[in-house]
Amino acid sequence: MAQTSGLLRDALANAFRSPANLFRGNRKETFWALKDVSLEVQEGEVLGLIGRNGSGKTTLLKILSRITRPTHGWAEIHGRVGSLLEVGTGFHPELTGRENAFLSGAILGMTKQEIARKFDEIVAFAELEKFIETAVKHYSSGMYVRLAFAVAAHLEPEILLVDEVLAVGDIRFQKKCLGKMGDVARAGRTVILVSHQLNQIRRLCNRVLWIDGGAVKREGPTATTVSAYEEEMSASRDDDERAVAGIAQFLRWQLMGENRLEDHALPHEGELAVSFLVRVNQPIHSAQHGIGLYDQERHLIWGNAADSVSLDPGLHEFRYKIAGMPLRPGVYSWRVTLWDGEARIDDWECSPPMKVVTVPVTHYKDEWAGFLNIPSELKIVPVAMNVIGPSPQSRTE
Amino acid sequence: MASVTSKPAVAGPIAQRGTSPLVIRIEPPRGWFNLRLKELWDYRELLYFFVWRDVKIRYKQTAIGVLWVILQPLLTMLVFTLFFGKLAKLPSLGLPYQVFYFAAVVPWMYFSYSLVNATNIVVENQRVITKVFFPRLILPISAVLSGLVDFSIGFVVLIIFTLSYGIRPGPTVFLLPLFLLLAILTALGVGLWLSALNALYRDVKYVTPFLTQFWMLASPVAYPSSMVPERYRWIYGLNPMAGVIDGFRWGLTGRGQAPSSVLIASTAMVLLLVFGGLIFFNRMEGSVADRV
Repeated sequence: MAQTSGLLRDALANAFRSPANLFRGNRKETFWALKDVSLEVQEGEVLGLIGRNGSGKTTLLKILSRITRPTHGWAEIHGRVGSLLEVGTGFHPELTGRENAFLSGAILGMTKQEIARKFDEIVAFAELEKFIETAVKHYSSGMYVRLAFAVAAHLEPEILLVDEVLAVGDIRFQKKCLGKMGDVARAGRTVILVSHQLNQIRRLCNRVLWIDGGAVKREGPTATTVSAYEEEMSASRDDDERAVAGIAQFLRWQLMGENRLEDHALPHEGELAVSFLVRVNQPIHSAQHGIGLYDQERHLIWGNAADSVSLDPGLHEFRYKIAGMPLRPGVYSWRVTLWDGEARIDDWECSPPMKVVTVPVTHYKDEWAGFLNIPSELKIVPVAMNVIGPSPQSRTE
Repeated sequence: MASVTSKPAVAGPIAQRGTSPLVIRIEPPRGWFNLRLKELWDYRELLYFFVWRDVKIRYKQTAIGVLWVILQPLLTMLVFTLFFGKLAKLPSLGLPYQVFYFAAVVPWMYFSYSLVNATNIVVENQRVITKVFFPRLILPISAVLSGLVDFSIGFVVLIIFTLSYGIRPGPTVFLLPLFLLLAILTALGVGLWLSALNALYRDVKYVTPFLTQFWMLASPVAYPSSMVPERYRWIYGLNPMAGVIDGFRWGLTGRGQAPSSVLIASTAMVLLLVFGGLIFFNRMEGSVADRV
């Protein structure tokens, strides 16, 4: 078919067909919250959904929860679905805790019988025995979320869809929540979990889907997918401000040795071998070299220095053998420097950052886990207390 | 385009909720007549809970609580008696003004309350709608049903009231439930349209009070339908609430307009309204969660 001056002819034709269109500006573009997303979730799987805000994760959950209808495509769900997209769904401030528990339970999908049967358990989980007959508007925010979560946690659907509400309340209660979720997962329920708390994802999920811009960016086992996501989130900005004094310049770095997963990913604890390539243009005498390893928040994890570094022009490799670097999984950055007294020769924030892909063995919450991923064993032993008063070798003497 | 595939093995029809393996298929909305009434039945307990919640909340924290249920129609009736009866001296079919108005006010208040409740219910529950799934039809249906609780109490008072004026209801009283049913269906029919429209265009909630005011004047609440000239009687009769109010008065006291053929026409209209409302609401339901 001949393509004759497509644009102008069409434009004219349109103008004649509906003159008003000339005056109407551009029609609003359609925004696809999700496009061409296909996935399969097996029974008993715990699937994590990660991605930036606005990437479409919640929309996917909403479609699976039948809250929003898809524009195109279909989904097939085998089993009863419970959706936890919010804490306190259906709660009304004027009703008592008991009344709200029944109401919320009914809205979430439990039958009256079921709620009545589990009522005592729910109240015990929420630790609200004394206040269950008080109107919820008198509850503190902590009590409110405890009750809300307690009701939701006793939902027993075959499939559970959770959006960021995995752990609410104070730390003690959060632990309970995570524990309960762990039970749910172990009981063989299928769970789809959306969370920004990557630690929760790592702890509970066996498979992770990374959604970006409405499409599946990556899919795979938890450890690698989450690490890839973390790396992208902390992608170093283009930094071409390194001192190009011309004397010397670090070019590349990579991990050496058998311990590495890829050139820039470390999967095990144990000896770490890393090398930095530098091009020297002019001879260097007695320079100082520094090295540092930083985490995401620019904390210095490890650092060292060397004096009297002399280099002839040409390419050199700085090869480090570090006895061990038992780090929490995450993204870390190397930094290497060369100084000549007060003059900076080069100071390079190494790119790409180093991914540490290990299995976390410390505290389940990011902010209490610390840097070091060192396993530990706790034994609590009763001790007989029969010493009263200062010991013979008292410090005060 | 969103799709989730599953194990190809089991793909049976939607089974009884909770008893055998359940398969749900999620698709874009299709067809105009897909009413999914079976689903409504599955969620009947939730319907009960919504009605229960509405009733509980209405009178919590009020000083005289449930007494309002009786006071509202009583006070309305007193005002009507004073202004329409004593002052304007409108005819009252030979009945004492109080009975004449009270017999109309009780069903009318049920109807106007249901309309207002239905208009607002989807928007009021927007939080719940955007977080959990249940057939959205439950909401306007619960809005129309929750007024029945108040109505029953008002009705008992109405009977006592009528008897206290020495008027003994005849066997026609047993037809009252039918008129009530017509009122419920009318409230449902109009309520479905209003609640769907209000979710899309918030102006509608300002229209409803005006609509109910006008509708009340167009119904024989404050005056008997015999006041309407003979030749316009049939148009007037097409208003289903005219049939309801007339029917209530007639059923209770034996006076006034007995049910006539016009009632059949208005009932047919109401059923069409309900059917159309169900379809419209269902069409709109899919996008409510996004627009509300």
